Amino acid sequence: MSKVTLNDINVSYDGKTQILKGLNLEIGEGELVSLLGPSGCGKTTTLRVIAGFIIPSSGQLFVDTEEMTKVPVHKRNFGLVFQSYALFPHLSVYENVAFGLKLRKMEKAEMDRKIKEILEVCDLTEYALRFPKQLSGGQRQRVALARALVIEPRLLLLDEPLSNLDAKLRLNMRVEIKRLQKKLGITTVFVTHDQEECFSISDKVAVMNGGVIEQFGTPEEIYSRPKTEFVARFIGFENFIQLRKTQENTYRANDGSLFTAKMDCGKSECLGTIRPDDIQIVTNEEAAGNTVTAKIEVRTYLGKSYQYELSTPIGRLVVNDGSGALYKAGDTIKIQLPAAKIVLV
Amino acid sequence: MRKNKFLTFYACLVFGFLFLPLAIIAVTAFNTAPTISFPISGFTFKWFANVFATKSFLSGFQLSFMLAIVATLIALLVGVPAAYALSRNSVRGKKLLKSFFLSPTIIPGIVVGYSLYQFIVLKLKLPVMQGLLIGHFLVVLPYVIRVVGSALEQFDFSIEEMAWTLGCGKAQAFFKVVLPNISSGIVAAFMLAFINSFNNIPVSMFLSGPGVRTLPTALMNYIEYFYDPTVSAVSVLLMAATIAIMFVVEKTLGIGALTK
Repeated sequence: MSKVTLNDINVSYDGKTQILKGLNLEIGEGELVSLLGPSGCGKTTTLRVIAGFIIPSSGQLFVDTEEMTKVPVHKRNFGLVFQSYALFPHLSVYENVAFGLKLRKMEKAEMDRKIKEILEVCDLTEYALRFPKQLSGGQRQRVALARALVIEPRLLLLDEPLSNLDAKLRLNMRVEIKRLQKKLGITTVFVTHDQEECFSISDKVAVMNGGVIEQFGTPEEIYSRPKTEFVARFIGFENFIQLRKTQENTYRANDGSLFTAKMDCGKSECLGTIRPDDIQIVTNEEAAGNTVTAKIEVRTYLGKSYQYELSTPIGRLVVNDGSGALYKAGDTIKIQLPAAKIVLV
Repeated sequence: MRKNKFLTFYACLVFGFLFLPLAIIAVTAFNTAPTISFPISGFTFKWFANVFATKSFLSGFQLSFMLAIVATLIALLVGVPAAYALSRNSVRGKKLLKSFFLSPTIIPGIVVGYSLYQFIVLKLKLPVMQGLLIGHFLVVLPYVIRVVGSALEQFDFSIEEMAWTLGCGKAQAFFKVVLPNISSGIVAAFMLAFINSFNNIPVSMFLSGPGVRTLPTALMNYIEYFYDPTVSAVSVLLMAATIAIMFVVEKTLGIGALTK
C-alpha cells in the first residue's frame, strides 16, 4: 500500500499554456481517488504526471516518502490501464499478462502460477491463448487490468477505462474494478468524465477544472455540498439564484423575496443552487416559506418524471417532477425550494 | 449490384493496354527468328540458353542483386530509426523533413543521377562500387522512410507507453513491442526499395564505371548492338521472379501490406 502526494505541480506544454497550475493532491493508502472533470481540465495530464510520461516543469511527486518526480516510467512499477486498453496485438492474452513479469526475471514456475491466478481472478482463464483482436471489449478491458495488476504495482492508474464499453458492461466492470481494488488494497487513481461512474466507485473525488482541483472530498460531500459554482454545475445543480444575506440563514433574492437556507455561505453575497429533483411543486394551501410563483415554458418527458423549464421572478429554473400530476406549457404553478436542499456557493 | 457493361469493357481495355505488351514480349522470347518479332515463326528455348551464356547479363544480375540487397538493408538500418524519430518526436520542421524525404521520388531520376555523378564521381572520386552503393541507398531511402513511417503512424503509441509502464526501457520497448507490430511495413519497405534499386537506370548509368554494369544498364547496352529475343528472355525471367516473390508475399503477409 502506498500513499501519493502531489505537491504544487505545474505543467505547461509549450512554456506558455499552463495545463496544470500548482496542483496539490494527497491520496491515502489503499484509497481509490477519482479525477473528475470535463475534457481539457487536466485530469489525464495529472495521471500522466503520476505515471511518469510527463515531467512537470515544477513541483514534486511523492509515493510514500520517496520522491519520484523524475524517476523514468519503466522504473516506477505502476500499473496502468488506458482507455484504448493498448494490448500488445502480437501477443496472446497469456503473453500480454506475462510481459511485465518476464522483465522482472522471475522464476518460470512462479510466473506461471501468478499469471494463472490473475487470469482466474479476472475471469479470463479460458481465453488465455486468444489474441486481443479475438476478444470483446469487456474481455480486452479485463486483460488490460490483469496485465496491470499482475506486476503487483505500487499504484494502479486507470485512464477512462470504462468509456469504450456499452452501458451494461460498464456497470459490471465498475463493480469488478472496485472489488479487485479493495481485495488487493491497492492505491488507485481513476480518471473519468462520468460523474455517476465516479461517485459509485471512489473513496474520494477530485473535481478538476482549468488545471486546478476545485474540490476534493468524499462522493457524498461533493454530491450534497459542492463548494464552487463550477462543481455544482458539473454534478447537476442546474438552478442558480443570486442571493444577498440579510440575517442568519436568511437571504434576499433579486426580486426582494426572502429565502431561508440551512447552510451558511460566510459572505454577504452568494449563489444559491438547488437540483431540479429537489424543487417541489406545491399547491397554494401548502405554500409556506421559500415559495415562488412560476410559469411553465417547456415540458420535457424524461421517463420517470417530467422536466419543466420555468420562468420566475428570481430567474429561470428547472424542475423535475415525478409526482404524476401533469402541467402544460403556459400553466402557472407554485414551487417550493426546501431550505435544507439549498446549497450556497 | 447492377453491372455496368461500359465500365467492365473500359477496365478490360485498360488491363489489355497494360498487359498486352508484356504478353507479346513473353511470347517473342520463344521465337526462332533472330530478331524480336510477332507473331512468332517457331518455338525454341535457345534465347534462354543465350541469357545464361552472356557474361554481361550474369555479372549484371549478380551486381544488381547484391546492390539492391545491400543498399536496401542499409536503407532499413538508417530509415527505420529515422521514421521512428519522425513519427514519435515533435521534431521541428517535421512536415518539411517529410516532404524532403519524399523528394527523390518526385525529382526526375536523370537529375538525381546527374547530381550524384557530379558529387560522388567528380568531386569525391569514390570507387565505382562505393559510388553505386551510395547512389542506390539514397534512391531507396525515401521509400523506406515513407512506408515504415506510415506503418508507425498506424501503430497506437499508447501500446508503447504501456510497455514502458510494465518495465521496458525505451530501446527494449522498441524491439519487443514496436518492431513485431510493424514487421509487415518493413517487409513492404524492403520489397519496394529492392525493386526500385533493381530497376534503377538513371543513377546506375551515371555511376557505373568500366566493366561494372547493373542488369538494366547491361540490357540497354545489349539492345544497342543486338536485336535478338535474348532481351525478351531476360524480361520473361524477371517477370517470373517478380510473380514468384509477389506470390510468397501474398501468401505470408497479404498483398495489402505493399499498398498500405
